[in-house]
Amino acid sequence: MTAPERSAPARRDPRPVSAQAPAGRARATGRPSSILIVPAVLAAALAVLPLGYLGVRALERGPAFARDVVADSRTGELLLRSFGLTAVVVTACLLIGVSLAWLTVRTALPGARAWSVLVTLPLAVPSYVTAFAWLSAAPSLAGFAGSAIALTLASFPYVYLPVAAALRGTDPGHEEAARSLGHGPFGTFLRVTLPQLRPAAAGGGLLVALYVLSDFGAVSLMRYDTFTRGIYTSYRASFDRTPAAALSAVLVLMTVLLVAAETRTRGRADYARTGTGTARRAVPATLGRLRPLALGWCGMIVAVAVGFPLATLGYWLAVGSSAAWDPATLAGTTLTTLGVAAGGAALTTLLALPIGVIAARHRGRLAHLLEQAAYAGHAVPGITVALALVFLAVRYARPLYQETPLLLCAYAVLFLPVAVAATRAAVLQAPPVLDDVARSLGRGPFGVLREVTVPLAAPGIAAGAALTFVVCMKELPATLLLRPTGMDTLATRLWTETGTGSFAAAAPYAAALILLAAVPSYLLGRHRP
Amino acid sequence: MNDLQVTGVVKAYGPGKPVLDGLDLTVPGGGLAAVLGPSGCGKTTLLRVIAGFLEADAGTVTVAGRLLGGPGVHLPPERRRIGIVPQEGALFPHLSVARNIAFGLRDLDRAGKRARVAEMLDLVGLPGYADRMPHELSGGQQQRVALARALAPQPHLVLLDEPFSALDSALRGAVRAEVRAVLRESGATGLLVTHDQQEALSIADLVAVLRDGRVAQCATPQDLYHRPVDPWLASFVGDAVLVPGTVDRDTASTALGRIALATAPEGLRDGLVLLRPEQLRLTEPDDADAEGVVTDVCFYGHDAMITVAVEGLDQAVDIRTPGPLRQEPGHRVGIRLTGEATVHPHTA
Repeated sequence: MTAPERSAPARRDPRPVSAQAPAGRARATGRPSSILIVPAVLAAALAVLPLGYLGVRALERGPAFARDVVADSRTGELLLRSFGLTAVVVTACLLIGVSLAWLTVRTALPGARAWSVLVTLPLAVPSYVTAFAWLSAAPSLAGFAGSAIALTLASFPYVYLPVAAALRGTDPGHEEAARSLGHGPFGTFLRVTLPQLRPAAAGGGLLVALYVLSDFGAVSLMRYDTFTRGIYTSYRASFDRTPAAALSAVLVLMTVLLVAAETRTRGRADYARTGTGTARRAVPATLGRLRPLALGWCGMIVAVAVGFPLATLGYWLAVGSSAAWDPATLAGTTLTTLGVAAGGAALTTLLALPIGVIAARHRGRLAHLLEQAAYAGHAVPGITVALALVFLAVRYARPLYQETPLLLCAYAVLFLPVAVAATRAAVLQAPPVLDDVARSLGRGPFGVLREVTVPLAAPGIAAGAALTFVVCMKELPATLLLRPTGMDTLATRLWTETGTGSFAAAAPYAAALILLAAVPSYLLGRHRP
Repeated sequence: MNDLQVTGVVKAYGPGKPVLDGLDLTVPGGGLAAVLGPSGCGKTTLLRVIAGFLEADAGTVTVAGRLLGGPGVHLPPERRRIGIVPQEGALFPHLSVARNIAFGLRDLDRAGKRARVAEMLDLVGLPGYADRMPHELSGGQQQRVALARALAPQPHLVLLDEPFSALDSALRGAVRAEVRAVLRESGATGLLVTHDQQEALSIADLVAVLRDGRVAQCATPQDLYHRPVDPWLASFVGDAVLVPGTVDRDTASTALGRIALATAPEGLRDGLVLLRPEQLRLTEPDDADAEGVVTDVCFYGHDAMITVAVEGLDQAVDIRTPGPLRQEPGHRVGIRLTGEATVHPHTA
């Protein structure tokens, strides 16, 4: 699971205020033309199809059976484990994320800019690579501790990023007012700054919870039975797939609740500065004697979250003999990975285009509904999407089962939110008035799309495609379930080798994955203004 | 000719009062009309209905004798032959100046397009700019290219949506005059939407003031300024001095003196007499129709506004006076009236 808001380029409208249309015509109010609606509805239908079918399948043997599965004591145990892990990881992430955000944004920490880049690097490392690093260094960590460590270190940037942004955005005027009204620095932080950060921290925390609940890679390598691993085991263990479907439905319900909560906090998180004009930067707090402590804390987090996995990887690469892995296989797997990721990114971007344009240009029930449907993948763990597609294919499209097109469909469902968010943001950057001008100069709806909207949004759409490419490349659970027999991607290969304890054999795949994912990420980072 | 005729147009965005409520407007072909109104009065909605981006709930839009929108008829924008010049020009940022201007020229071959683009660039005074990109142009140049782009396919009507509001005030006057000249030369009818009274009065042949979704008054700038149909309009298009007075055939007498009436009111014995601050002249107190004491002086450079408390009037009056300023608060001054006034019922 990825966080779509990371993927979306800044949604702020870049135009000067005078150019922004008044509320009544910020977006075209008319119905979108059918050349947009038809493909958008098809794409949205594909996005919600697995979810719907999952429900059908879970209830197939009657509600009583589904209830038995859900009420089973083992299910309760899975729930408890999932929630326990989520609670611990979220707490740790909040602690790390908020403290790092405050240190890098609001204090005179030496090298604050460098730290602020370093602490976001874990986002580029899939949780199963982190898990691989820790497991290969200390196999005894397998279980709860290992899962918690790997997931915390992989996901704390989801708290850090929004909180740091909120800290940058808050008006120092509020704090100055509090100081002038007789509150000390600590009291001011407690009464004024912290409440302003709450929405950002809560939103980040919920994202982490979502990440943990839907994570499959780390917990399966750490052999810690949470919901996702339970579903996988149940699916692999028996021919009767209804229990897996019922468990999946419960997991989806939990993630949907989390997404709803996250959306609510985001809706309220709009703490505006009072007054107009640009906010001044707050004067950084001096750390004084706490400086070494602060530096130590930042250093330690970066060391364990970034340095340690890389070092472990380096170690295994160095000790691994050529007997452990075959360069030809690595090359082949890399090519396969690039191929399916490119296919997935292309399909996803194509499907996202009409929905993104409608979301940016129109409002009303239909536009809202289409956008919500596209975001379904955001709420659904990869393992459940894969499972739903397996069910569908086995029953209704047998020739597709374990064929590449089905895998690409899974990528599209899972990562449609990434591509739709990017497309929507890119189209928003192209002022709607240009569409009007093109219409007045004789272009129909399709002509406008082809000659104005898409060319203008192209850089943003391409960035979204690159991001989708990266997340497809890293995807594990759906690939594991849906790949054609005998096909391996870097992720599945890494998972298999780590699962059997062949760390030296797994290391090259982890390295290849990180390197390949780093290229588009680096380019995206450079292009972002 | 390229007449624009809008009759009985109604447009509502939801339940409640419609934004446009039975609006009528006629602009003779080749003329430039300004639609003036406070923000939220429906100016932009009217523009979008005419251009075809919005479908009216009722009423008709006819341009050059062709019914574009009406009961059961809604021509899409691309088939209306109406050019638009939005705020800030809105040039396509990914296309050069030449390709921007050629965007609407779909029926011409390459040579034809090139010739027409060159012709349009000459018309707007930017020859040699064909290969520039929009971001390499100044705001005024962008606006002129936008006009060239709108005029290139020889539309019947050009709609200009606050086209000068983004220019700085030094540039605005020059670009305004140029746009008017170009429009006139092209022969297209122009409809300009603005909230700037001065802009409307100075550029247009005809000014339509919108209020509550209807045209409150449509007249030449001169008529609108000197013969507004009610006090609200008078205050909306300029500074107004309203004093009670009694009507005596074609004159009215007020606490400020006697003044000729521009229009003889039917059956109105007394009412509010409308004057403009520049119709009040300062004189020596002993040679005046009325006397008062200066309470405030506001200096603008080219002229000044002097507020005078006049005996027999509840409200102080504003007097615009040119030239060197001798008055100060506390001075006693005399007032004389010049020109013609209008008179309106008290209740209006």
